[in-house]
Amino acid sequence: MIYDIEYETMPREALTAIQLQRLRSTLERVYATVPFYRDRFDAAGVKPAEIKSLDDLQRIPFTTKQDLRDNYPFGLFAVPMDNVVRIHASSGTTGQPTVVGYTARDINTWAELMARALAAAGAWRGDIIHNAYGYGLFTGGLGAHYGAEKLGASVIPVSGGNTSRQVLIMKDFGPTIITATPSYTLHLAEIAQDMGVSFNDLKFKAGVFGAEPWSENMRQDIEAKLHLKAVDIYGLSEVMGPGVAIECHEAQKGLHVFEDHFLAEIIDPETGERLPYGEKGELVFTSLTKEAFPVIRYRTRDVSMLNPEPCVCGRTHVRMERVSGRTDDMLIIRGVNVFPSQIESVLMEMKEVEPHYQLIVDREENLDVLTVKVEVGEHLFSDEVKVLQETEKKIAENIKETLGVSANVKLVEPKTIARSKGKAVRVVDNRKL
Amino acid sequence: MRVEQISVFLENRTGRLAEVTSILSEAGVNIRALALADTSDFGVLRMIVDEKDKAREVLKANGFTIGTHDVVAVEVKDEPGGLHNILDMLGQSGVNVEYMYAFVRNSGDNAIMIFRFDDIDRAIKILEENSIHIISGQTVYTL
Repeated sequence: MIYDIEYETMPREALTAIQLQRLRSTLERVYATVPFYRDRFDAAGVKPAEIKSLDDLQRIPFTTKQDLRDNYPFGLFAVPMDNVVRIHASSGTTGQPTVVGYTARDINTWAELMARALAAAGAWRGDIIHNAYGYGLFTGGLGAHYGAEKLGASVIPVSGGNTSRQVLIMKDFGPTIITATPSYTLHLAEIAQDMGVSFNDLKFKAGVFGAEPWSENMRQDIEAKLHLKAVDIYGLSEVMGPGVAIECHEAQKGLHVFEDHFLAEIIDPETGERLPYGEKGELVFTSLTKEAFPVIRYRTRDVSMLNPEPCVCGRTHVRMERVSGRTDDMLIIRGVNVFPSQIESVLMEMKEVEPHYQLIVDREENLDVLTVKVEVGEHLFSDEVKVLQETEKKIAENIKETLGVSANVKLVEPKTIARSKGKAVRVVDNRKL
Repeated sequence: MRVEQISVFLENRTGRLAEVTSILSEAGVNIRALALADTSDFGVLRMIVDEKDKAREVLKANGFTIGTHDVVAVEVKDEPGGLHNILDMLGQSGVNVEYMYAFVRNSGDNAIMIFRFDDIDRAIKILEENSIHIISGQTVYTL
């Protein structure tokens, strides 16, 4: 089903006209209300009024995650705090997450778009939605929740964790749709099996999976184990949250970007040049309707490509290919964004620890496992095993506290962390997606 | 009254201990006493050697992380209750033994134990007050 027939199936010419009109008004507004954007536009010698076509957008400078950090916490908000009704944040370097805000209208827009996404996956009024995305500062839980309510479905705000209770709820409440990270879903499937619960007896028909990289193989695995149709969802808090793009269950081939609200570009990450449809590069988004936190040409660092071909589902919005990588060193571990530099700053704050570390990511029983190897130098060393074990524990606690992700800390001998051309190999990702 | 002990950080990997003994053997360093404490991931090797400076130098040069700590070598009567008496008097005075291990020698009536205390000064004082024989570093290195 299509939630918003008018906008989701709008002819391209009409859609482009709406995009241009919304783009121009967004540019005028950020220029008037956000000093950061005004300075950026002035420095580039471009006035919002000079943007007369979607191609002209290329004259406007990019916005990066660093810009968001530099304006922490509310520096890029385009409305007074009086009008901000919600704040979310994603993990950032120590003490400095990326903060985003929403007006009441933004929350409503977001709910509409998530309702569209759930409908594209096959959900409708009358469905029961098992929402296992985490609730909190992370946008996943509340984003899916509001969308489910907007759609008129019944939502179970089960959030993450307490897996055996989740299995009981799936068995007793009979949810028909699941929203979760793909890795947690597979974990859930295993626990269900251990508890003797068969997915044959459950009522699931579709699942909306995202917030971390996954693959076609994982999709097949999930569909076979849970007996449902699995679709990919895309979003990031900087742009809005989940519901920026969604795969339709009819085609399951690329994610429709909700283009009446977001303008998507693919650029060459090296040169910043815009790339044509069908070419692989970095995804860049400009919000077209957001009030509290508009973003202009935000570089996502996600690698994808855009496909303008008409889709069997009837939606006219371009499809982005499943995100296939990153243009930076960010890792997504159990849905949490982790930069190696964040781990480094946690280690640097502990004086006895030397910055010789390595992150190893594995997938064990479908869950991401992060191991942090730390070389033992003289400051850290003790002849007492218990002191060394306490150090391991303390490092793990500090990582958990700062990044919100659990890590196994492993002390290793000096110079044992692989160095290539003298530079330490910081990340080993063993996950086979 | 103190004995200098060298400790080495070792990962639990095949051949790591042999690596240490090989380096020391090549340098002509004799290991007088040795104990290994380990977890599933790593271990700490503690040693008393005849030439501690040389041992430290060659191990460091080979990339090992080394620590040096003062321990106490105590003569323990080779009879039932010999060790217990010492532990008991220390315990009653509130001195904690972090770890201990035995010192092997060819002959002699009494055993020698190496102790690592949380409060070494207090431990030495108590042992002396109770006329327990503490063996000096110089003696231990050359025994």
